[in-house]
Amino acid sequence: MENNAFYVALTLLLNLDASLFQIVALSLQVSLLAVLIAALLGFPLGAAVAIWRFPGRGGMIVVLNALMGLPPVVAGLMVYLLLSRAGPLGEWGLLFTPGAMILAQVVLVLPILAALSRQKVEELLGEYREQFVSLGMSKSRMMPTLLWDARFALLTVLLAGFGRASAEVGAVMMVGGNIDGVTRVMTTSIVLETGKGNLPLALGLGMVLLTLVMVINAGAYMVSELSRRRVG
Amino acid sequence: MKKSLKLLLAGVASIGLSLGAYAEDYITLASTTSTENSGLFASILPKFEDTTGIQVRVVAVGTGQAFEIARRGDADSLLVHDTAGEKRFVENGFATERADVMYNDFVLIGPADDPANISQAQTAKEAFAAIAAAEAPFASRGDDSGTNRAELRHWKSAGVDPDGDWYRELGSGMGPTLNTAAAMDAYVMSDRATWVAFGNRQNLKLLFEGDKVLFNQYGSLLLSQEKHPHLKGEMALKWHNWLLSEDGQQAITDFRVGGQQLFFPNAK
Repeated sequence: MENNAFYVALTLLLNLDASLFQIVALSLQVSLLAVLIAALLGFPLGAAVAIWRFPGRGGMIVVLNALMGLPPVVAGLMVYLLLSRAGPLGEWGLLFTPGAMILAQVVLVLPILAALSRQKVEELLGEYREQFVSLGMSKSRMMPTLLWDARFALLTVLLAGFGRASAEVGAVMMVGGNIDGVTRVMTTSIVLETGKGNLPLALGLGMVLLTLVMVINAGAYMVSELSRRRVG
Repeated sequence: MKKSLKLLLAGVASIGLSLGAYAEDYITLASTTSTENSGLFASILPKFEDTTGIQVRVVAVGTGQAFEIARRGDADSLLVHDTAGEKRFVENGFATERADVMYNDFVLIGPADDPANISQAQTAKEAFAAIAAAEAPFASRGDDSGTNRAELRHWKSAGVDPDGDWYRELGSGMGPTLNTAAAMDAYVMSDRATWVAFGNRQNLKLLFEGDKVLFNQYGSLLLSQEKHPHLKGEMALKWHNWLLSEDGQQAITDFRVGGQQLFFPNAK
């Protein structure tokens, strides 16, 4: 019984002990904040690239699309070198703190949000262009209108970003250090327990993580369905 | 109004605390996976925190990476197991002092049927030579950790240049290496602490132990504030001294897994 991952996952969830709760809370805090920051930067960036024409725009789209595949461990290494005491932002003293983990996940999530929102907004712009022109709307006014109109599609984009953030381990391991009680999150705990040979516990933690991600996705789905119905 | 503002501030402060770089008094300790994975730190750190109020945040990595973290100034203190490397670290000016803290030992693990027959070996040298002669699969850490460095020294003293299909460099930590060895029925050298606490042994068994050359010394280093003035030298010194003190040494003795003592204090 104790060797069954389902059983372990269930006991973990039922006796939600303080240390697991802390790990889950930190995972959510880090990934949600990272996605929020990335959205505040990435959505306007994606919309701007969709709306404006400027030299190097094609290259920028290619780069944004390519960065969606940035390996987490490379993002982690870049942020590590940036935040290390010997690096340019060393004085901030952020390495091995949750702040560093958020920064690393922003680097990972930002290209996804920017690249996908660029595509959605550009599609919408194709539909609305004539209306905008007849209304004489300026390009900077188009941006909020298009982003608002694409909100349901952008919610899915947000979830994709959140999925990337909450699932990755390479970056948070490197810049967070997996410090017990300080920077230990779900994915780094799973790596740790696997290393200790506690495979059922590791898999059980994996199921807890999956359950969480599913709850968040279900919540997002319900919110979008409800508001879609209200909009009609 | 005043109350709600206070609540808001408290909320912001608590988020800041949980995310923040500052928090209360703490030092960052770069150390090895063997000390963390076996549960040693979970056992002794609360005792240190109770006496001094200083939190020790452990970043557990391979010894090679731990040196690198300290070299860049990203850790306040260092506890590793590569005496030769530690002495070089002091010579190069990155640390001002190095002291023996404790030891455990390395053991040779392998498939229960022992195809290279190392359980009959008299010395570690013979055991390593037997594995090479039988060309039995051997899983090496291959990650420049203290264990990896020690393993390479043993091959050298056995007169073997480990190479060929049977020698598999994994480039991973002790636990993952044991997982892999269990999956491919390979021999592997592990520190005793990780092995005793390891949960996925499958067909693996402890086959050779006890030779003095398998001794695994851990050392604590006081890092140089000349190289990195921002280090929390005062708190790091308290930690270093506590490890070497009677209390610290007793805490190491008191740490047991399944009744078995895993680390033996030997500060001078």
